[in-house]
Order: sequence, then C-alpha cells, then structure tokens
Amino acid sequence: MYSVPSTKKEQVRKSNRNWNALLEKYRVLLIFLVLCIAAGFLSDAFFTMNNIMNVFRQVSIIAIIGSGMTLVILIAGIDLSVGAVMAFSGAILAGILTAGFPLSVALLGALAVGLLFGVFNGFVVARFGVPSFIVTLATMVIARGMTLVYTKGYPLVVSNELYRYIGNGKFFGVPIPIIIMFAVFGFMYWMLKYTSFGRYIYAIGGNEETAILAGINVKSIKVAVFGIAGLLSALSAVIYTSRLMSAQPTAGSGIELDAIAAVIIGGTSLTGGKGGVIGTLIGALIMGVLDNVLNLMNVSPFYQSIAKGLVILVAVLVDSKFARIKK
Amino acid sequence: MDSMLLEMKQITKEFPGVKALEGVSIKINRSEILALIGENGAGKSTLMKILAGAHQPSSGQIYLHGKPVTIEGPKHSQNLGISIIYQEFNLIPHMSVAENIFIGREPRKAKGILHRKKIKEETRKWLDKVGLTQLSSDTIISDLSVAEQQLVEISKALSFNSQIIIMDEPTAALNDEDTSKLLKIMKELKQQGIGIIFITHRLEEVQAVADRVSVLRDGKYIGSSLTQAITKDEMVTIMVGRELTELFPEKTIPDSSNSIEVTNVNVPNVLQNINFQVKKGEVVGIAGLLGAGKTELSKALFGLYKNMSGTVTVGSMNISSPKQAIDAGIALVTDDRKQEGLVLGLSVYENLLLPAYRKISRFGVLQKDKKDEIVNRWINDLKIKVHDPHVEVRTLSGGNQQKVVLGKWLQMNPKVLILNEPTRGIDVGAKAEIYQIMKRLTEKGISIIMFSSDMPELLGLSHRILVMHGGRISAELNQSKATQENIFYFASGGGVSV
Ligand SMILES: Nc1ncnc2c1ncn2[C@@H]1O[C@H](COP(=O)(O)OP(=O)(O)OP(=O)(O)O)[C@@H](O)[C@H]1O
Ligand SMILES: [Mg+2]
Repeated sequence: MYSVPSTKKEQVRKSNRNWNALLEKYRVLLIFLVLCIAAGFLSDAFFTMNNIMNVFRQVSIIAIIGSGMTLVILIAGIDLSVGAVMAFSGAILAGILTAGFPLSVALLGALAVGLLFGVFNGFVVARFGVPSFIVTLATMVIARGMTLVYTKGYPLVVSNELYRYIGNGKFFGVPIPIIIMFAVFGFMYWMLKYTSFGRYIYAIGGNEETAILAGINVKSIKVAVFGIAGLLSALSAVIYTSRLMSAQPTAGSGIELDAIAAVIIGGTSLTGGKGGVIGTLIGALIMGVLDNVLNLMNVSPFYQSIAKGLVILVAVLVDSKFARIKK
Repeated sequence: MDSMLLEMKQITKEFPGVKALEGVSIKINRSEILALIGENGAGKSTLMKILAGAHQPSSGQIYLHGKPVTIEGPKHSQNLGISIIYQEFNLIPHMSVAENIFIGREPRKAKGILHRKKIKEETRKWLDKVGLTQLSSDTIISDLSVAEQQLVEISKALSFNSQIIIMDEPTAALNDEDTSKLLKIMKELKQQGIGIIFITHRLEEVQAVADRVSVLRDGKYIGSSLTQAITKDEMVTIMVGRELTELFPEKTIPDSSNSIEVTNVNVPNVLQNINFQVKKGEVVGIAGLLGAGKTELSKALFGLYKNMSGTVTVGSMNISSPKQAIDAGIALVTDDRKQEGLVLGLSVYENLLLPAYRKISRFGVLQKDKKDEIVNRWINDLKIKVHDPHVEVRTLSGGNQQKVVLGKWLQMNPKVLILNEPTRGIDVGAKAEIYQIMKRLTEKGISIIMFSSDMPELLGLSHRILVMHGGRISAELNQSKATQENIFYFASGGGVSV
C-alpha cells in the first residue's frame, strides 16, 4: 500500500528518467558516430579497412592506459605517473632483452616494474591519505628520472623477432595491439560489472565513508586499483617498445593527459563513483578519429591539438548539462 | 540474566577537545525495544557508533550475552549480530538499491563474482517488508526522495537478520504513515526475539513502542525507566534538566496585507493550479504525504522550475529564478541538509557566514569582530552545541547541524521564510527555541511557509494549513477545521474539491 509510485506523476518521472538514462548512456557513442560520419564526408580514405585498423591501432595504447585510469578516476583519484612508468618499464624490458635473457623474463620484468610503481602509488595514497594527484606527480618525476638515468638519455634498441610480432604482427588480419586492447577492455568491463572488487570501486568513489562502514577493505582496493593502472602502463610499454623495436626515454610523455581526456570524454565523473571503461574506449576512439581525419586532410598537428582541446571541452559541457537535467 | 543481549558499561569517549561520553552504561534485553533519548549532542549517536564498530571507546567494556567483547570494526560488529541505521545518510548515490543493501556482503557465485540475480531477489524481499513494493531494486539511489532513501536504509538494516538492531532517528525523515509502518515492523521484530535500540526525538513514538527508556544528557547517563512508569513531560524534564513550560508560543496576529501571492502556478507533471497568499506575520503550514508535491512546491516558490507558468509575487517582484527569489527576500531552508544546506568540510563559523558574505561584500570587507558577533549571536540564539565555532560542521551532532542550517538562512532577514521540515532531528528543548524564534520573526512581519510532516508542529504553529495531494492543494483548513483527522483525510485524496 505504498501510495506514491502509483500516482501519474511518478510514472512520468520514471519514463522521463528512462529517456534521459538512455540518452546519457549512449551519448558518447552518438557523438562518436556523428564524428565518424562527418569524417567519412571529409575524406574518402576514412572508411577504408586499412585506415580503420590504423585508427584502432593508434588508439590502443592510450585506450589501455585509459582503462586503468578509469578505475583510478572511479575511486575519485588521478594517476599522473602512467606515462613515465610506461617509459621506465619499456627501458627495463629493453635492458633485460639486450642483456641476453629470454623474452619471457623481459616481459615479466617490465610488467613487475609497472605493478610495483602502481602499488607504491596506491600504498602511499591509502596509507597516508595523501591526495593521489600529489603522490603520482612525484612518482611521475621519479620514474622519468630513473628512465633517463637507466638509458643515459638514449634509445635502447632491441632485436628479437618474436617480440617484434607483439607490436607489428597480425592475427587473422587484425593487428595484435588491437586484440590486446579488446581483451583488456572485455576483462575490465566484466570485472567492473560482475565482481565484488568492481562494485567496491564504485562504492568507494560514491561514498567512501559508507564503504568503510560496510566493512569493505577500502585501503587494499585502492592499492589494487593503482596497481592495475601501473600494470597496464607496463603493458602499453610492451606494445610500444615492440612497435618501435626500441625503448625511448621520452616514451609516453604527456600520455597521462590523453588518457585522462579519454576517460572524461567517455563520461566518467572526475568526482568518482560514476562511469565505466566502455566510455573510455569510445573516448579514446573519438580522439583517434579526430587525429586521423585531420591527418588525412593534411591539417597541421598544431591545429589538431586545438581541435582535441575543444572536443574535451564540449564533452565536459554536455556532461554538466546532463547533470543539470537530472536534477 | 539469560535474557540480556548486550550491556555497555562505563563507556567513555573522547574526541580531540570534547568528551562526548563519560561513564555511560546501558543494556538491552532479548525481545525488548529500548528508547535512547537526550538532547542534541548528548552523545546518543556516538554511543551507537561504538556498538557498530565505527568508533572505539576511550575506555569502558561491552558485554555480549554476558561475555566481554571488543568490537574491532564495522564488519566485526555485523558478524556479532549487530546492525545499525546511521543517523546520517549512508547510501552510495550512484549505485542501485540492491547493491546498496548488500554492499560488502553480496551473495557470490564464486569467489569475487557476484550473484546478481540473487542479490535482486533478496532485495525484493526486504523492500516489500518496508512497503516499498513498487520500487524496483535497480533504481539508482540518487533518484529517490529522502524518505524513500530512509526506507531503503531500514530494509538494509533488516536484511542482516541481526539480533540487535540500532535505529538512529529512523523516523526523522518519514511521514506519519511510514512511521507507523516502521513502528509496526519494530514490534514484529521484537516478537522474534530481537533487541532494538531506538533513538528518536519524538516522544510519542517512544511511548508507542518502547519498553524502556534510557536518558543521556551532556554525555552522561542520567537514568532508565520503564516506559509505562513515566510520562512524556517527565521524559522532557529529565532530558533537558529543567521543566519546559510551553512548547508552542501564542500565535502572532497577522497583518492584513499579503507578502507573497501565488497565482495559478503550474509545473507540467508536477504541480497543478496552485493558488494561495500569505499575510505578513502569518504562518501557513503545508501538509501532504510523500510525493504529494510538497518539496516541488517549495522549489517552485523559489523559482527553481524553468517551465513554471503562473506567478509568484513578493512585493512588486515576480519570481522566476533563485536569484530573484533571494533578492525579493525569500529564504528556502531545504530538508536535505547534507546535500544542499551545509558545506560539511567547512567550519560552523564559515557555514553561518556563507550567505552573509554576499550582503557584506557590498560594503567591502567586514571586520573580524563583526563576523564573530554574528556567529556568536546565532550560536547562542539557537543554542548550537559546539565547543569551538571553528570545528568542521561534520563533527556536530545531527540536530546541531540542522540548527546551523537554520541560522544560516535566518540571518538573511528574509521577508518570506520557506521551511522544509525545520525541526527534523531536533530535540524538544531546541524545538521550543526554534518556535520562539519563529514567533519573533512573525512579530516582525515575516511570513513563514512551513512544510512539515510533524503533525503537532503543523497544528501548533500554523494559522492555516494547506493540504496537498497529487500535486494540487486539496484543502485549505483554517484553525477551527485543522485537525489531524482532517489533514489525513485530505492528504490521502479524500473529498477532492478543487
Ligand atoms: N567525529 C567527531 N569529532 C569530534 N567531535 C565529535 C565527533 N562526533 C561527535 N562529536 C561530538 O560529540 C558530541 C555528541 O554527539 P552525538 O552525535 O553523539 O550527539 P547525539 O546525541 O546523537 O545528538 P543528536 O540528537 O543531535 O543526533 C557532540 O558534542 C559532537 O560535537
Ligand atoms: Mg545523533
């Protein structure tokens, strides 16, 4: 006999809500599709298989890092160290390979380095309550410095045919980085939705106090989230280093901002607790398509960066408009 | 001794700068409802948070079934068979009802993998139990009204199947209908052998369900009594430490001129045909069930609906935006203090001054002693219990937070004051203070529009009562017609005569 929901008003409220929810859910996709159609008109070369594969491959690294960034932002944090950690992991990988160890050791070494940096970030954030912005700013500088020390500022060239395959090979015609990217996103999507770990990430971002009172081990989840972000930076390093067959000391500089942009364009809220990895994937693709079509049209890279900035702005404005409609 | 579930002995709790509890002892038996009463800041919530594992006592001992225990944390408390409804909002806004209810203890298919179907089914069961039969378990919390959220919290507490359930002011956000539903549930739980610790400032509720009453004052344990053996007035006297004579002051005689006129206000799907005027110095009460459009009306009066038709006029000003509303002298005190009323991370001092800054800034910077004067005046007038105005608002007891919200708006010297549940969570002593303040305001010619689900308050303060149903005003009751029965009749849709 709960009298309220039976009123007409409630039904209207509900159906409005469904509409908004639907629009909200798919608006990033909508923006993406509109952009693709526009790109098709602007350049004939856009809708070729080759070009589309190119776009996907180019965004794969930002997207993978972005998926880790999504988790961090979902718990209302930020990770600025991803680019520098990527560079350092790549350098370590190259170092181990050139020292004559087998590929598997090099891969494990690189991933371990990324994981360690991430866990360290998470530990300082969780244990001492330092804002993640500050902690990861510090580790960013440290990791970049360590890279420069280790490489002495020069690229480390590697030669290993098996390893080359990771960044340049294809599997049934699909470049390996794209396959890795989809695997990562598939896993992340599943994890966020269907595991308790995933749901706790949302809980912590939504209301940390409540999460603590529900007996959730908030600290270890934070450590794990930053750890995953670090691990995915290292995974990106594996792909990136393989593509170039050398570890660049400047690899990944500025990529943290691209990753954050992908997350935001994808609709994940910077205040935490709201959003997801699919948005981030589309967000990364939006930036990739933009770059691509401007390239095809021979627009100068300087303008490209302006265009990207504008897209971020528009995405955020649309986001806040939706927030207001919901209120 | 076999019936005793839990005993807290000589509990002391110190926060930096405050002793919240000093040697407090209470006990709760099987199949018993214990009411814990006391003024705002008496230490009730703190005592319960210790039981829930959210705080550690500075000293003292807890006995469960006669054996000493140390409650290590929230999870441990749950495992010991204790569940709690916290006084403050404790749900995760962007997650679903089902996820909120089972957070931290979700049924799993395998390690770490959620059994979403089971979570939903279980949720359905507990929602039905509190009467939320129409609410989908997928609904996102932030889409619910405050009262609906409170009912979700209650079903969450029930779902633990605990032996001891703590309810810290669960009825504060509920209307009479939902309250009586809850009281009924409490009695059922008691039949099942569960012990309930029930905190409320509404003494009628204490009399309706509690077997025993324990009283706290200023962090100290004052005493306990069987509910039957004590009258409401005696409870008040023990709580406040002095006799309280008049709760409701005599009503001011209103002026003959109107201060606010509401004409043909419509908001599509929300409000229909709202017409009324309020005279200077008049208090108009607005009653209605959850979802009748009360909150919406208060927002419409404040110019928050862009798609509103009709007019809201104060003096010569038409109101269509919050800025105009503020300029015209309307102050809106919302019922959602955590979300809209307070900046929790700021101090009491700054919260109180927040709306004043705008006025002050016209004349440049205001001196510190002037600011101090404003702050001290409101802390004294409203008897806000805070040892230092520079502490964060978040550390205040619930009722004292509400007083800060009130103080914030009252100091703007509004012409029209819109109050939403002004005394929710406020103790009787402080209620009397607030009613006195309202009286003083009306004497100065201020009009008050009061949305309240507290029946005695509506009847005791209002010159007229407007009853809402389905987004309309279904009746206007003047003093001779304003009775609890009439309000119920029209609020539940009886005799709709527009
Ligand atoms: N975390 C904290 N830090 C500092 N002081 C605190 C904290 N929590 C509570 N207090 C103080 O302890 C005292 C008791 O607060 P408590 O919330 O237990 O009161 P209460 O009896 O529940 O009041 P109400 O009826 O208003 O809810 C208050 O003076 C409050 O300011
Ligand atoms: Mg309290």
